[in-house]
Amino acid sequence: MEQFLQQLASGLANGAIYACVALALVMIYVSTDHLNFAQGEMAMFSTYLSWQLMSWGASFWVAFFVAVVLSFVLGVIIERAILRPLHNAPVLSVVVVFIGLLAICNSMAGAIWSYLIKEFPSPFPKASFGIAGVIGPHQLGVVLVTLIVLGFLFVFFRYTPLGLAMRAAAQNPQMARLVGVRVDWMLALGWGLAAAVGAVAGIMVAHIVYLDPNMMGGILLYAFASALVGGIGNPGGAVIGGFIVGVLENMVAYAGNQIEKATGVYIVGNGEKLTVALIIVIFVLTVKPAGLFGRVAVKRV
Amino acid sequence: MAALLEVKGLKAFYGQTQSLYDVAFDIPNGGITTLLGANGAGKTTTLRAICNMVRSEGTVRFDGKDIVGQPTEEIVRLRIAHVPEGRGTFTTLTVEENLRIAAYTRKDKQGVRDELERVFSYFPRLKERVQQQAGTLSGGEQQMLAIARALMLKPRLMLLDEPSFGLAPLVVVEIFRILKLINQEEQVSILLVEQNAALALDLASHAYVLETGKVVMSGPSSVVKNDENVRKSYLGY
Repeated sequence: MEQFLQQLASGLANGAIYACVALALVMIYVSTDHLNFAQGEMAMFSTYLSWQLMSWGASFWVAFFVAVVLSFVLGVIIERAILRPLHNAPVLSVVVVFIGLLAICNSMAGAIWSYLIKEFPSPFPKASFGIAGVIGPHQLGVVLVTLIVLGFLFVFFRYTPLGLAMRAAAQNPQMARLVGVRVDWMLALGWGLAAAVGAVAGIMVAHIVYLDPNMMGGILLYAFASALVGGIGNPGGAVIGGFIVGVLENMVAYAGNQIEKATGVYIVGNGEKLTVALIIVIFVLTVKPAGLFGRVAVKRV
Repeated sequence: MAALLEVKGLKAFYGQTQSLYDVAFDIPNGGITTLLGANGAGKTTTLRAICNMVRSEGTVRFDGKDIVGQPTEEIVRLRIAHVPEGRGTFTTLTVEENLRIAAYTRKDKQGVRDELERVFSYFPRLKERVQQQAGTLSGGEQQMLAIARALMLKPRLMLLDEPSFGLAPLVVVEIFRILKLINQEEQVSILLVEQNAALALDLASHAYVLETGKVVMSGPSSVVKNDENVRKSYLGY
Protein backbone atom coordinates (compact mmCIF):
# COMPACT_ATOMS: atom_id res chain seq x y z
CA MET A 1 0.00 0.00 0.00
CA GLU A 2 2.74 2.40 0.96
CA GLN A 3 4.59 1.64 -2.23
CA PHE A 4 1.41 2.28 -4.18
CA LEU A 5 0.97 5.68 -2.55
CA GLN A 6 4.60 6.52 -3.18
CA GLN A 7 4.21 5.69 -6.85
CA LEU A 8 1.00 7.69 -7.01
CA ALA A 9 2.69 10.71 -5.40
CA SER A 10 5.65 10.60 -7.71
CA GLY A 11 3.26 10.18 -10.64
CA LEU A 12 1.43 13.33 -9.60
CA ALA A 13 4.71 15.25 -9.31
CA ASN A 14 5.80 14.13 -12.79
CA GLY A 15 2.31 14.80 -14.04
CA ALA A 16 2.51 18.38 -12.78
CA ILE A 17 5.60 18.91 -14.93
CA TYR A 18 3.97 17.33 -17.98
CA ALA A 19 0.88 19.44 -17.36
CA CYS A 20 2.92 22.67 -17.46
CA VAL A 21 4.74 21.79 -20.66
CA ALA A 22 1.52 20.47 -22.24
CA LEU A 23 -0.21 23.71 -21.32
CA ALA A 24 2.59 25.71 -22.93
CA LEU A 25 2.18 23.66 -26.11
CA VAL A 26 -1.60 24.11 -26.12
CA MET A 27 -1.38 27.87 -25.53
CA ILE A 28 0.59 28.27 -28.73
CA TYR A 29 -1.41 25.65 -30.59
CA VAL A 30 -4.81 27.26 -30.02
CA SER A 31 -3.69 30.63 -31.31
CA THR A 32 -1.51 29.54 -34.24
CA ASP A 33 -2.37 25.90 -35.04
CA HIS A 34 1.31 25.04 -34.67
CA LEU A 35 2.98 22.65 -32.23
CA ASN A 36 6.14 24.23 -30.92
CA PHE A 37 8.72 21.43 -30.99
CA ALA A 38 11.22 23.75 -29.36
CA GLN A 39 9.09 24.25 -26.23
CA GLY A 40 11.12 21.74 -24.22
CA GLU A 41 14.48 23.13 -25.26
CA MET A 42 13.35 26.67 -24.49
CA ALA A 43 12.42 25.46 -21.00
CA MET A 44 15.80 23.80 -20.66
CA PHE A 45 17.52 27.05 -21.63
CA SER A 46 15.46 28.91 -19.02
CA THR A 47 16.54 26.38 -16.43
CA TYR A 48 20.19 27.06 -17.26
CA LEU A 49 19.51 30.78 -16.86
CA SER A 50 18.26 30.17 -13.33
CA TRP A 51 21.24 27.89 -12.61
CA GLN A 52 23.58 30.64 -13.83
CA LEU A 53 21.91 33.19 -11.57
CA MET A 54 22.24 30.83 -8.62
CA SER A 55 25.88 30.19 -9.36
CA TRP A 56 26.34 33.97 -9.29
CA GLY A 57 24.95 33.90 -5.79
CA ALA A 58 21.24 34.51 -6.19
CA SER A 59 18.90 32.56 -3.92
CA PHE A 60 16.71 29.88 -5.49
CA TRP A 61 13.52 31.90 -5.57
CA VAL A 62 15.17 35.06 -6.85
CA ALA A 63 16.78 33.01 -9.64
CA PHE A 64 13.41 31.33 -10.26
CA PHE A 65 11.48 34.57 -10.71
CA VAL A 66 14.17 36.33 -12.72
CA ALA A 67 14.52 33.30 -15.04
CA VAL A 68 10.75 33.09 -15.52
CA VAL A 69 10.54 36.79 -16.39
CA LEU A 70 13.54 36.53 -18.73
CA SER A 71 11.90 33.54 -20.42
CA PHE A 72 8.75 35.54 -20.92
CA VAL A 73 10.75 38.31 -22.59
CA LEU A 74 12.70 35.82 -24.72
CA GLY A 75 9.44 34.15 -25.78
CA VAL A 76 8.03 37.50 -26.90
CA ILE A 77 11.24 38.31 -28.77
CA ILE A 78 11.30 34.92 -30.53
CA GLU A 79 7.73 35.42 -31.71
CA ARG A 80 8.29 38.98 -32.89
CA ALA A 81 11.65 38.37 -34.57
CA ILE A 82 11.45 34.83 -35.91
CA LEU A 83 7.80 33.82 -36.26
CA ARG A 84 6.25 37.15 -37.24
CA PRO A 85 7.78 37.04 -40.75
CA LEU A 86 6.39 33.52 -41.14
CA HIS A 87 2.75 34.39 -40.47
CA ASN A 88 1.61 33.37 -43.90
CA ALA A 89 4.22 30.67 -44.47
CA PRO A 90 3.22 27.06 -45.15
CA VAL A 91 3.04 24.73 -42.13
CA LEU A 92 6.20 22.83 -43.05
CA SER A 93 8.32 25.98 -43.09
CA VAL A 94 7.19 26.72 -39.57
CA VAL A 95 7.95 23.14 -38.50
CA VAL A 96 11.47 23.50 -39.88
CA VAL A 97 11.90 26.75 -37.97
CA PHE A 98 10.76 25.06 -34.76
CA ILE A 99 13.23 22.23 -35.28
CA GLY A 100 15.95 24.79 -35.99
CA LEU A 101 15.03 26.62 -32.81
CA LEU A 102 15.24 23.34 -30.91
CA ALA A 103 18.73 22.65 -32.25
CA ILE A 104 19.87 26.22 -31.59
CA CYS A 105 18.68 26.22 -27.97
CA ASN A 106 20.29 22.84 -27.39
CA SER A 107 23.69 23.64 -28.85
CA MET A 108 23.76 27.14 -27.38
CA ALA A 109 23.17 25.71 -23.91
CA GLY A 110 25.87 23.12 -24.59
CA ALA A 111 28.31 25.75 -25.81
CA ILE A 112 27.72 28.12 -22.91
CA TRP A 113 27.35 25.68 -20.04
CA SER A 114 28.84 22.43 -21.49
CA TYR A 115 27.10 19.08 -21.81
CA LEU A 116 28.24 17.88 -18.38
CA ILE A 117 25.36 16.86 -16.16
CA LYS A 118 24.89 19.29 -13.28
CA GLU A 119 23.11 18.88 -9.98
CA PHE A 120 20.23 21.22 -9.44
CA PRO A 121 19.05 22.26 -5.98
CA SER A 122 15.58 21.90 -4.56
CA PRO A 123 14.13 24.94 -2.78
CA PHE A 124 12.02 22.85 -0.45
CA PRO A 125 13.17 21.93 3.08
CA LYS A 126 14.53 18.40 3.32
CA ALA A 127 12.62 16.73 6.14
CA SER A 128 10.12 18.81 8.08
CA PHE A 129 7.85 18.95 5.06
CA GLY A 130 5.72 16.43 3.24
CA ILE A 131 4.15 13.24 4.49
CA ALA A 132 6.88 10.95 5.66
CA GLY A 133 7.42 7.90 3.52
CA VAL A 134 4.72 8.70 0.99
CA ILE A 135 5.48 11.97 -0.74
CA GLY A 136 8.86 13.64 -0.68
CA PRO A 137 9.15 17.37 0.05
CA HIS A 138 10.32 18.15 -3.46
CA GLN A 139 7.45 16.26 -5.07
CA LEU A 140 4.90 18.00 -2.88
CA GLY A 141 6.55 21.34 -3.63
CA VAL A 142 6.45 20.72 -7.37
CA VAL A 143 2.75 19.92 -7.26
CA LEU A 144 2.03 23.03 -5.18
CA VAL A 145 4.06 25.37 -7.40
CA THR A 146 2.38 23.94 -10.48
CA LEU A 147 -1.08 24.36 -9.02
CA ILE A 148 -0.30 27.98 -8.13
CA VAL A 149 0.91 28.68 -11.67
CA LEU A 150 -2.11 26.97 -13.22
CA GLY A 151 -4.46 28.86 -10.90
CA PHE A 152 -2.82 32.14 -11.84
CA LEU A 153 -3.20 31.37 -15.55
CA PHE A 154 -6.81 30.33 -15.09
CA VAL A 155 -7.69 33.58 -13.34
CA PHE A 156 -5.75 35.57 -15.93
CA PHE A 157 -7.51 34.04 -18.94
CA ARG A 158 -10.93 33.78 -17.34
CA TYR A 159 -11.30 37.07 -15.50
CA THR A 160 -9.04 39.77 -16.94
CA PRO A 161 -9.77 41.88 -20.02
CA LEU A 162 -6.33 41.11 -21.45
CA GLY A 163 -6.89 37.37 -21.00
CA LEU A 164 -10.25 37.74 -22.72
CA ALA A 165 -8.61 39.58 -25.61
CA MET A 166 -6.05 36.78 -25.94
CA ARG A 167 -8.78 34.14 -26.05
CA ALA A 168 -10.70 36.14 -28.63
CA ALA A 169 -7.58 36.58 -30.76
CA ALA A 170 -6.94 32.84 -30.60
CA GLN A 171 -10.48 31.92 -31.52
CA ASN A 172 -10.98 34.29 -34.42
CA PRO A 173 -8.11 36.66 -35.23
CA GLN A 174 -9.86 38.62 -37.93
CA MET A 175 -12.93 39.28 -35.83
CA ALA A 176 -10.70 40.21 -32.90
CA ARG A 177 -9.10 42.90 -35.08
CA LEU A 178 -12.58 44.22 -35.80
CA VAL A 179 -13.10 44.92 -32.13
CA GLY A 180 -9.76 46.67 -31.85
CA VAL A 181 -7.64 43.84 -30.41
CA ARG A 182 -3.97 44.06 -31.45
CA VAL A 183 -3.82 40.43 -32.50
CA ASP A 184 -0.10 40.39 -33.33
CA TRP A 185 0.76 41.46 -29.80
CA MET A 186 -1.60 38.87 -28.35
CA LEU A 187 0.34 36.16 -30.19
CA ALA A 188 3.64 37.47 -28.89
CA LEU A 189 2.20 37.61 -25.39
CA GLY A 190 1.03 34.00 -25.77
CA TRP A 191 4.56 32.97 -26.68
CA GLY A 192 5.90 34.82 -23.67
CA LEU A 193 3.46 33.11 -21.32
CA ALA A 194 4.17 29.69 -22.84
CA ALA A 195 7.91 30.22 -22.40
CA ALA A 196 7.38 31.34 -18.80
CA VAL A 197 5.24 28.29 -17.95
CA GLY A 198 7.82 26.06 -19.62
CA ALA A 199 10.52 27.70 -17.50
CA VAL A 200 8.60 26.86 -14.33
CA ALA A 201 8.41 23.23 -15.44
CA GLY A 202 12.11 23.09 -16.30
CA ILE A 203 13.28 24.63 -13.03
CA MET A 204 11.01 22.33 -11.02
CA VAL A 205 12.02 19.13 -12.80
CA ALA A 206 15.76 19.79 -12.95
CA HIS A 207 16.23 18.59 -9.35
CA ILE A 208 14.71 15.23 -10.34
CA VAL A 209 16.26 14.61 -13.78
CA TYR A 210 19.45 16.71 -13.26
CA LEU A 211 20.44 19.60 -15.45
CA ASP A 212 21.83 18.91 -18.91
CA PRO A 213 20.99 20.19 -22.39
CA ASN A 214 18.99 17.06 -23.19
CA MET A 215 16.97 16.99 -20.00
CA MET A 216 13.66 18.00 -21.60
CA GLY A 217 13.66 15.53 -24.52
CA GLY A 218 11.65 12.80 -22.83
CA ILE A 219 9.50 15.29 -20.98
CA LEU A 220 8.45 16.99 -24.20
CA LEU A 221 7.35 13.60 -25.51
CA TYR A 222 5.23 13.04 -22.40
CA ALA A 223 3.86 16.55 -22.73
CA PHE A 224 2.80 15.93 -26.33
CA ALA A 225 1.09 12.75 -25.17
CA SER A 226 -0.60 14.65 -22.33
CA ALA A 227 -1.85 17.39 -24.62
CA LEU A 228 -3.22 14.83 -27.07
CA VAL A 229 -4.86 12.72 -24.38
CA GLY A 230 -6.56 15.77 -22.92
CA GLY A 231 -7.52 17.22 -26.28
CA ILE A 232 -4.99 19.40 -28.02
CA GLY A 233 -7.25 22.45 -28.27
CA ASN A 234 -8.26 22.43 -24.62
CA PRO A 235 -5.97 23.96 -21.96
CA GLY A 236 -7.83 22.38 -19.05
CA GLY A 237 -7.73 19.03 -20.82
CA ALA A 238 -3.98 19.33 -21.35
CA VAL A 239 -3.46 19.87 -17.63
CA ILE A 240 -5.59 16.89 -16.67
CA GLY A 241 -3.91 14.89 -19.45
CA GLY A 242 -0.55 15.72 -17.89
CA PHE A 243 -1.58 14.32 -14.52
CA ILE A 244 -3.14 11.25 -16.17
CA VAL A 245 0.02 10.44 -18.12
CA GLY A 246 2.24 11.07 -15.09
CA VAL A 247 0.24 8.76 -12.83
CA LEU A 248 -0.25 6.20 -15.60
CA GLU A 249 3.44 5.68 -16.27
CA ASN A 250 4.16 5.11 -12.60
CA MET A 251 1.20 2.79 -12.21
CA VAL A 252 2.47 0.72 -15.12
CA ALA A 253 5.82 0.30 -13.40
CA TYR A 254 4.12 -0.43 -10.08
CA ALA A 255 1.83 -3.06 -11.58
CA GLY A 256 4.83 -4.65 -13.30
CA ASN A 257 6.70 -4.84 -9.99
CA GLN A 258 3.72 -6.38 -8.20
CA ILE A 259 3.31 -9.01 -10.90
CA GLU A 260 6.97 -9.85 -10.74
CA LYS A 261 6.81 -10.16 -6.97
CA ALA A 262 3.76 -12.39 -7.02
CA THR A 263 4.63 -14.66 -9.93
CA GLY A 264 8.30 -14.14 -10.54
CA VAL A 265 7.60 -13.28 -14.14
CA TYR A 266 9.01 -9.99 -15.35
CA ILE A 267 6.64 -8.24 -17.75
CA VAL A 268 7.16 -4.51 -17.37
CA GLY A 269 9.30 -2.40 -15.10
CA ASN A 270 10.74 1.09 -14.91
CA GLY A 271 12.48 0.66 -18.25
CA GLU A 272 9.29 0.03 -20.17
CA LYS A 273 6.98 2.51 -18.53
CA LEU A 274 7.32 5.11 -21.27
CA THR A 275 6.51 2.55 -23.93
CA VAL A 276 3.49 1.18 -22.12
CA ALA A 277 2.21 4.64 -21.25
CA LEU A 278 2.45 5.69 -24.89
CA ILE A 279 0.69 2.52 -26.00
CA ILE A 280 -2.17 3.41 -23.69
CA VAL A 281 -2.18 6.94 -25.09
CA ILE A 282 -2.39 5.64 -28.65
CA PHE A 283 -5.23 3.38 -27.57
CA VAL A 284 -7.12 6.31 -26.03
CA LEU A 285 -6.68 8.32 -29.20
CA THR A 286 -7.96 5.55 -31.47
CA VAL A 287 -11.10 5.37 -29.36
CA LYS A 288 -11.46 9.11 -28.85
CA PRO A 289 -9.49 10.93 -31.56
CA ALA A 290 -10.31 14.38 -30.18
CA GLY A 291 -8.80 13.41 -26.82
CA LEU A 292 -10.67 12.80 -23.58
CA PHE A 293 -11.71 16.43 -23.20
CA GLY A 294 -11.48 17.45 -26.84
CA ARG A 295 -13.95 20.20 -27.44
CA VAL A 296 -16.73 19.48 -29.84
CA ALA A 297 -17.62 23.05 -30.78
CA VAL A 298 -21.25 24.01 -30.40
CA LYS A 299 -22.27 25.27 -33.77
CA ARG A 300 -25.52 26.23 -35.36
CA VAL A 301 -25.92 25.64 -39.05
CA MET B 1 -23.46 68.53 -43.54
CA ALA B 2 -19.77 67.64 -43.65
CA ALA B 3 -18.86 64.15 -44.82
CA LEU B 4 -17.75 61.82 -42.04
CA LEU B 5 -16.30 59.31 -44.47
CA GLU B 6 -14.99 60.27 -47.87
CA VAL B 7 -14.08 57.54 -50.32
CA LYS B 8 -12.35 58.43 -53.59
CA GLY B 9 -10.82 56.27 -56.30
CA LEU B 10 -10.95 53.18 -54.12
CA LYS B 11 -9.48 50.06 -55.69
CA ALA B 12 -9.26 46.64 -54.02
CA PHE B 13 -7.49 43.43 -54.91
CA TYR B 14 -7.76 39.78 -53.92
CA GLY B 15 -4.35 38.48 -54.93
CA GLN B 16 -3.99 39.43 -58.60
CA THR B 17 -7.69 39.95 -59.10
CA GLN B 18 -8.97 43.49 -58.93
CA SER B 19 -12.48 43.63 -57.56
CA LEU B 20 -13.06 47.36 -57.04
CA TYR B 21 -12.43 50.07 -59.65
CA ASP B 22 -12.59 53.73 -58.62
CA VAL B 23 -15.35 53.46 -56.07
CA ALA B 24 -16.30 56.87 -54.68
CA PHE B 25 -18.92 57.95 -52.18
CA ASP B 26 -19.49 60.15 -49.15
CA ILE B 27 -21.19 59.37 -45.89
CA PRO B 28 -22.69 62.42 -44.20
CA ASN B 29 -22.24 62.77 -40.48
CA GLY B 30 -25.21 61.26 -38.67
CA GLY B 31 -26.84 59.78 -41.73
CA ILE B 32 -27.64 56.31 -42.99
CA THR B 33 -26.25 55.40 -46.40
CA THR B 34 -26.75 52.14 -48.22
CA LEU B 35 -24.72 50.30 -50.84
CA LEU B 36 -26.82 48.20 -53.18
CA GLY B 37 -25.85 45.78 -55.88
CA ALA B 38 -26.06 42.24 -57.13
CA ASN B 39 -23.92 39.36 -55.85
CA GLY B 40 -20.28 40.00 -56.64
CA ALA B 41 -20.75 43.72 -57.27
CA GLY B 42 -18.19 44.57 -54.58
CA LYS B 43 -20.36 45.66 -51.65
CA THR B 44 -18.68 43.49 -49.04
CA THR B 45 -15.28 44.24 -50.55
CA THR B 46 -15.95 47.97 -50.19
CA LEU B 47 -16.59 47.54 -46.46
CA ARG B 48 -13.52 45.34 -46.13
CA ALA B 49 -11.41 47.88 -48.01
CA ILE B 50 -12.47 50.67 -45.64
CA CYS B 51 -11.15 48.57 -42.71
CA ASN B 52 -8.05 47.43 -44.61
CA MET B 53 -9.04 43.77 -44.49
CA VAL B 54 -8.19 43.47 -48.17
CA ARG B 55 -5.38 45.09 -50.15
CA SER B 56 -6.61 48.46 -51.34
CA GLU B 57 -5.52 51.73 -52.96
CA GLY B 58 -7.09 55.12 -53.18
CA THR B 59 -8.35 57.59 -50.63
CA VAL B 60 -10.45 56.81 -47.60
CA ARG B 61 -10.77 59.81 -45.32
CA PHE B 62 -12.45 59.44 -41.95
CA ASP B 63 -13.15 62.70 -40.20
CA GLY B 64 -10.64 64.34 -42.53
CA LYS B 65 -7.89 61.81 -41.75
CA ASP B 66 -6.54 59.43 -44.38
CA ILE B 67 -6.81 55.84 -43.11
CA VAL B 68 -5.80 53.73 -46.12
CA GLY B 69 -3.08 51.23 -45.22
CA GLN B 70 -3.49 51.48 -41.45
CA PRO B 71 -3.88 48.19 -39.57
CA THR B 72 -7.49 47.08 -39.12
CA GLU B 73 -7.36 47.27 -35.33
CA GLU B 74 -6.12 50.88 -35.42
CA ILE B 75 -8.90 51.88 -37.82
CA VAL B 76 -11.41 50.27 -35.46
CA ARG B 77 -9.94 52.27 -32.60
CA LEU B 78 -10.83 55.47 -34.48
CA ARG B 79 -14.38 54.30 -33.68
CA ILE B 80 -15.34 52.68 -36.96
CA ALA B 81 -17.25 49.52 -36.05
CA HIS B 82 -17.54 46.82 -38.69
CA VAL B 83 -20.24 44.16 -38.28
CA PRO B 84 -19.10 41.48 -40.70
CA GLU B 85 -21.19 39.28 -42.92
CA GLY B 86 -22.73 36.18 -41.38
CA ARG B 87 -22.85 35.64 -37.65
CA GLY B 88 -20.05 37.87 -36.47
CA THR B 89 -19.59 36.59 -32.93
CA PHE B 90 -16.99 34.67 -30.95
CA THR B 91 -18.95 31.44 -30.70
CA THR B 92 -17.11 29.89 -27.75
CA LEU B 93 -17.25 33.03 -25.61
CA THR B 94 -20.30 34.00 -23.59
CA VAL B 95 -22.59 36.85 -24.57
CA GLU B 96 -21.10 39.04 -21.86
CA GLU B 97 -17.53 38.25 -22.92
CA ASN B 98 -18.43 39.04 -26.52
CA LEU B 99 -19.54 42.47 -25.39
CA ARG B 100 -16.75 43.11 -22.91
CA ILE B 101 -14.07 42.30 -25.46
CA ALA B 102 -15.00 45.46 -27.34
CA ALA B 103 -14.14 47.50 -24.25
CA TYR B 104 -11.04 45.62 -23.15
CA THR B 105 -8.71 48.61 -23.34
CA ARG B 106 -10.88 50.66 -21.03
CA LYS B 107 -9.82 50.95 -17.43
CA ASP B 108 -12.99 52.37 -15.85
CA LYS B 109 -14.97 49.33 -14.74
CA GLN B 110 -18.05 51.35 -13.88
CA GLY B 111 -17.99 52.96 -17.32
CA VAL B 112 -17.94 49.56 -19.00
CA ARG B 113 -20.82 48.37 -16.81
CA ASP B 114 -22.88 51.45 -17.72
CA GLU B 115 -22.08 50.83 -21.36
CA LEU B 116 -23.31 47.24 -21.06
CA GLU B 117 -26.59 48.43 -19.56
CA ARG B 118 -27.03 50.98 -22.31
CA VAL B 119 -26.45 48.31 -24.97
CA PHE B 120 -28.87 45.94 -23.22
CA SER B 121 -31.53 48.65 -23.35
CA TYR B 122 -31.52 48.21 -27.12
CA PHE B 123 -31.29 44.43 -26.98
CA PRO B 124 -33.12 43.23 -23.86
CA ARG B 125 -33.08 39.68 -25.21
CA LEU B 126 -29.30 39.55 -24.91
CA LYS B 127 -29.50 40.47 -21.25
CA GLU B 128 -31.51 37.32 -20.57
CA ARG B 129 -28.78 35.26 -22.23
CA VAL B 130 -25.78 37.03 -20.78
CA GLN B 131 -23.95 33.90 -19.57
CA GLN B 132 -24.84 31.74 -22.57
CA GLN B 133 -22.24 30.71 -25.15
CA ALA B 134 -22.70 32.87 -28.24
CA GLY B 135 -22.65 29.80 -30.49
CA THR B 136 -25.87 28.56 -28.91
CA LEU B 137 -27.88 31.71 -29.69
CA SER B 138 -30.40 31.80 -32.50
CA GLY B 139 -29.37 33.43 -35.77
CA GLY B 140 -31.27 36.61 -34.98
CA GLU B 141 -29.79 36.82 -31.49
CA GLN B 142 -26.28 36.33 -32.89
CA GLN B 143 -26.83 39.18 -35.32
CA MET B 144 -28.10 41.32 -32.46
CA LEU B 145 -25.04 40.39 -30.43
CA ALA B 146 -22.76 41.40 -33.30
CA ILE B 147 -24.47 44.80 -33.53
CA ALA B 148 -24.47 45.18 -29.75
CA ARG B 149 -20.74 44.47 -29.67
CA ALA B 150 -20.17 47.09 -32.36
CA LEU B 151 -22.11 49.52 -30.18
CA MET B 152 -19.76 48.77 -27.27
CA LEU B 153 -16.99 50.39 -29.31
CA LYS B 154 -18.90 53.70 -29.04
CA PRO B 155 -18.66 54.02 -32.80
CA ARG B 156 -19.07 57.17 -34.84
CA LEU B 157 -19.54 55.07 -37.96
CA MET B 158 -21.01 51.58 -38.16
CA LEU B 159 -20.40 49.40 -41.22
CA LEU B 160 -23.10 46.75 -41.48
CA ASP B 161 -22.73 43.85 -43.89
CA GLU B 162 -26.05 42.16 -44.69
CA PRO B 163 -27.62 42.26 -41.25
CA SER B 164 -30.74 40.60 -42.67
CA PHE B 165 -28.82 37.59 -43.98
CA GLY B 166 -30.63 34.30 -43.35
CA LEU B 167 -33.04 35.72 -40.77
CA ALA B 168 -36.79 35.44 -40.47
CA PRO B 169 -38.67 38.50 -41.82
CA LEU B 170 -40.00 39.49 -38.39
CA VAL B 171 -36.52 39.39 -36.89
CA VAL B 172 -35.23 41.51 -39.75
CA VAL B 173 -37.90 44.14 -39.12
CA GLU B 174 -36.94 44.17 -35.44
CA ILE B 175 -33.25 44.59 -36.21
CA PHE B 176 -33.88 47.40 -38.67
CA ARG B 177 -36.09 49.16 -36.14
CA ILE B 178 -33.24 49.01 -33.64
CA LEU B 179 -30.73 50.25 -36.22
CA LYS B 180 -32.87 53.31 -36.84
CA LEU B 181 -33.11 53.92 -33.11
CA ILE B 182 -29.34 53.59 -32.69
CA ASN B 183 -28.76 56.03 -35.54
CA GLN B 184 -31.06 58.61 -33.98
CA GLU B 185 -30.18 58.27 -30.32
CA GLU B 186 -26.46 57.58 -30.47
CA GLN B 187 -25.66 59.81 -33.43
CA VAL B 188 -23.99 56.85 -35.11
CA SER B 189 -23.61 57.19 -38.86
CA ILE B 190 -24.35 53.95 -40.69
CA LEU B 191 -23.13 52.44 -43.93
CA LEU B 192 -25.43 49.56 -44.75
CA VAL B 193 -24.79 46.84 -47.31
CA GLU B 194 -27.92 44.89 -48.19
CA GLN B 195 -29.30 42.41 -50.67
CA ASN B 196 -32.77 43.35 -49.53
CA ALA B 197 -32.93 46.62 -51.45
CA ALA B 198 -36.48 47.58 -50.52
CA LEU B 199 -35.70 47.35 -46.82
CA ALA B 200 -32.40 49.18 -47.18
CA LEU B 201 -33.93 52.02 -49.18
CA ASP B 202 -36.60 52.51 -46.52
CA LEU B 203 -33.99 52.90 -43.81
CA ALA B 204 -31.33 54.88 -45.63
CA SER B 205 -31.45 58.47 -46.74
CA HIS B 206 -28.84 57.99 -49.45
CA ALA B 207 -28.09 55.08 -51.74
CA TYR B 208 -25.24 54.05 -54.02
CA VAL B 209 -25.61 51.25 -56.55
CA LEU B 210 -22.54 49.16 -57.33
CA GLU B 211 -22.01 47.05 -60.41
CA THR B 212 -18.86 44.97 -60.99
CA GLY B 213 -16.77 47.14 -58.73
CA LYS B 214 -18.00 50.58 -59.85
CA VAL B 215 -20.63 53.01 -58.63
CA VAL B 216 -23.21 53.20 -61.41
CA MET B 217 -25.83 55.28 -59.70
CA SER B 218 -26.37 57.32 -56.59
CA GLY B 219 -28.78 59.73 -55.01
CA PRO B 220 -31.33 60.17 -52.26
CA SER B 221 -33.14 56.92 -51.48
CA SER B 222 -36.46 58.25 -52.73
CA VAL B 223 -34.95 58.99 -56.14
CA VAL B 224 -33.07 55.69 -56.39
CA LYS B 225 -36.16 53.80 -55.30
CA ASN B 226 -38.14 55.19 -58.22
CA ASP B 227 -35.43 54.72 -60.81
CA GLU B 228 -36.68 52.26 -63.37
CA ASN B 229 -33.43 50.30 -63.74
CA VAL B 230 -33.02 49.92 -60.01
CA ARG B 231 -36.62 48.88 -59.64
CA LYS B 232 -36.29 46.18 -62.26
CA SER B 233 -32.88 44.91 -61.17
CA TYR B 234 -33.10 45.05 -57.40
CA LEU B 235 -36.66 45.62 -56.29
CA GLY B 236 -38.26 43.13 -58.63
CA TYR B 237 -41.38 44.92 -59.83
